[in-house]
Amino acid sequence: MGGRVAFAFAALIPLAFLAVFFVLPVTGMLLKGLRPEGAWAVGEALEVFTRPRVHRVLWFTVWMAALATVVTVLIGLPMAYVLHRLAVPGRRLLRAVVVMPFVLPTVVVGVAFRTLLSPSGPLGFLGIDGSWIAILLAMIFFNLAVVVRTVGGMWESLDPRVEDAAASLGAGPWQVFRTVTLPSLAPAVLSAASVVFLFCSTAFGIVLTLGGLRYSTIETEIYLLTANFLDLQAAAMLSLLQLVAVLALLAVTEAMRARRERAVPRSGQTSGGRATTRGDAVPVAITALAMAFILVPIGTLVVRSLRVEGRWSLENYGHLATPDATDALIVPVTEAMANSWRTALDATVLAMILGVLVSIVVSRRGRTRRSRRGLALLDSAFMVPLGISAVTVGFGFLVTLDRPPLDLRSSPVLIPIAQAIVALPLVVRTLTPVLRSLDPRPREAASTLGAGPVRAWCSVNLPVLWRPLLAATGFAMAISLGEFGATAFLARPDRPTVPVVIYTLIGRPGGDNFGMALAASVVLALVTVTIMGLVERLRVGSLGSF
Amino acid sequence: MRQTFAIAVTTALVLTGCSVSGSESDPTDGPETAGGTKTVTLVTHNSFSVPKKLLQAFEKKSGYRVKVSKSGDGGEVANKLVLTKKKPLGDVAFGIDNTYATRVAGKDVLTPYASPAMAPSAKEFLIEGKGAKELTPIDHASTCVNIDTTWFAKKNIAPPKTLGDLTKAKYKNLTVVPGAPTSSPGLAMLLATVGAYGESGWQGYWKKLVANGVKITSGWEDAYNVDFSQGDGKGNRPIVWSYDTSPAFTVKNGKTSSRALLDTCFRQVEYAGILKGAQNVKGAKALIDWMSGKTFQESLPENMYVFPVNDQITLPKDWANFAKQSSKPITVSPQKIDQNRTAWLRSWQEITSQ
Repeated sequence: MGGRVAFAFAALIPLAFLAVFFVLPVTGMLLKGLRPEGAWAVGEALEVFTRPRVHRVLWFTVWMAALATVVTVLIGLPMAYVLHRLAVPGRRLLRAVVVMPFVLPTVVVGVAFRTLLSPSGPLGFLGIDGSWIAILLAMIFFNLAVVVRTVGGMWESLDPRVEDAAASLGAGPWQVFRTVTLPSLAPAVLSAASVVFLFCSTAFGIVLTLGGLRYSTIETEIYLLTANFLDLQAAAMLSLLQLVAVLALLAVTEAMRARRERAVPRSGQTSGGRATTRGDAVPVAITALAMAFILVPIGTLVVRSLRVEGRWSLENYGHLATPDATDALIVPVTEAMANSWRTALDATVLAMILGVLVSIVVSRRGRTRRSRRGLALLDSAFMVPLGISAVTVGFGFLVTLDRPPLDLRSSPVLIPIAQAIVALPLVVRTLTPVLRSLDPRPREAASTLGAGPVRAWCSVNLPVLWRPLLAATGFAMAISLGEFGATAFLARPDRPTVPVVIYTLIGRPGGDNFGMALAASVVLALVTVTIMGLVERLRVGSLGSF
Repeated sequence: MRQTFAIAVTTALVLTGCSVSGSESDPTDGPETAGGTKTVTLVTHNSFSVPKKLLQAFEKKSGYRVKVSKSGDGGEVANKLVLTKKKPLGDVAFGIDNTYATRVAGKDVLTPYASPAMAPSAKEFLIEGKGAKELTPIDHASTCVNIDTTWFAKKNIAPPKTLGDLTKAKYKNLTVVPGAPTSSPGLAMLLATVGAYGESGWQGYWKKLVANGVKITSGWEDAYNVDFSQGDGKGNRPIVWSYDTSPAFTVKNGKTSSRALLDTCFRQVEYAGILKGAQNVKGAKALIDWMSGKTFQESLPENMYVFPVNDQITLPKDWANFAKQSSKPITVSPQKIDQNRTAWLRSWQEITSQ
């Protein structure tokens, strides 16, 4: 009985948090659109779906996300194989590099790509600046990590004996892959693909910076309708549509994950990987090209940050600590770094407390079908914020959290809260599989011996859990250091975070400002890749997988 | 193993301790004291910039602490103010211009105030109609077609002179402009074409412009800094939609390498106003008086690249020589803009995203 109350409590705290800081603002914003003068006006709002522009936006969102998903999976599969199945030298570092784009702020990536692709840039001759191809490349760049980690983790744990048996019965390598490996991987691939689709169809910053204004997705259209047209009716309808689509996608992912956790024979432990053979040439080559694709934009950033008026110099980095280096900023960049660091710590602690609670609850095995469904729903509920427009949430904060006790609109706590909401699903995704794999019997034994539920849980589970916990902490921290969308709508100018400072610097004339923005981006990238590198050493298979 | 974990947890807790106390021990963050508020909050756009020393001098003299809250670009700020009316985000709003003024003026968002510090020359910038007394003019600037004069001299091509010239084959693929829905200079350009070609003619103009290879970026920053050939990025387009003051920023050895085409200019006036429901009305008045006053007006050209509304202010040396103002800027009345803004923007989007 006591255990049940504890579980209910563990579920209620994060749910209450989600209700206040996500459901309330989003509902507030939707109501502004659907009940403009205090009376329902859904009929008028439906008019938005008759606009030709909206049709184009919907169509672009869908085909762009679909194309990006297909390409990302096609490149990600061989990468997952090489980085998780083969003993390639330095693979741990390579895995950290693959995750780096995922935790870089979109502004930085936008600048890196534009620097590279603009007509005066090194790849300007390709002529794809401002085209949909640039958007596609950036989407792949961001999401490779999802496929590599999700599929790689699965691949690593597949029992190799089944494949060996098929091979010894005369199947060629391609046949083994097609008939044995691929079916086992299919749920992981589909699950990764649906998450990539989710991320691509809600992409914001990269579409706005790389697409100019020629291309718009549902997400950027919601932004334009809200922030510039103040057409809240139309924005609300598009947000609702997006919400429905996200829920449908999550239902698909959830079904895939359930199948994956049941159906596949696993070896239980992960091997060190086998030696590379000649037959691996194609996947190795694809991986090498993909690594280059990830490193080139980042390399451009590094090189450009070290060039001042045509010569090599560390001046841009020196300016980061100089208070009077630019008029564009109220504080030196180093102070923004301290702000970022403090905010990230708060966000991480918050995300970890909530994430641990949610994971404990959703990793319970429901006894009845209904309770299993309930747990799955709860699990999905915390994924929804990933797919909802940051502008809706940001403006929602403005219109709903405006009276005591929740007059938080200009409060410094909103930023860590917003970042925690972003990091929370990733923490849950990292911890839940580990918790699900725990054997309940030692804990039951401890209880029989007189330990209370908390004591039993801690003394039995903690020794197994500290690695995933630390890994999730690092991951959450890297995410919140690079978080830009929600922060940009909330940041207070006297305490900007690094991504916000970078954005400000890019937007001001003067060569120094641009150089400083690049230098700050490089520092941020370095910090996040270091954190991810350390996390990688903890060898937690489920980290960053969906 | 367990020890490592203990260390990790302790470190995390200690670090967090630092963070939380770090933000709470900051005295400027505390809630306003009961004996009247000493902070005055300025809600403004991202381009707001004033020398720290000037601001500190105002704080010292008036006894108020100024909190600057940058809330997006001009249009976004106006919309946020509408969304939060009656529960305002601060005390004073600055940076609403004539393209968005009627969205807030007379809409129960601002309180009327006539600043005694306003210069006589500022009167010509007052908006007409409902809510006219709610907005104090602070600065003005025009945006016009700018050209890279060295590029045209080098290529030996006659530079364009009018908006209409940009659609000529001679200037194909040479122009970059910021987009109207996402950038306030971009909106100004759309309005300039409405003013020049009329409500029925401007769409045709834009169709020709698009057909002639105009590049459209989301912000002015991108257009000027990445694509314009005299900007920081040394781009490859010698024609850009920018400010009439821009030529003062491309000066080298006493010569400028760019020029604003003065027959293409649209004038924007930026206003300040007191927000209805402000916590600190007295401080708000003091701040608007200071912004209308000499020291702030003098700082405008160098910091925000705009002209003061007070015509008694001496402009920086390069400005007198290179920042030529149009004697007959294109205008569209704020009322007309208010009635048609959304329809025009939508139709602009349709034309440019083909």
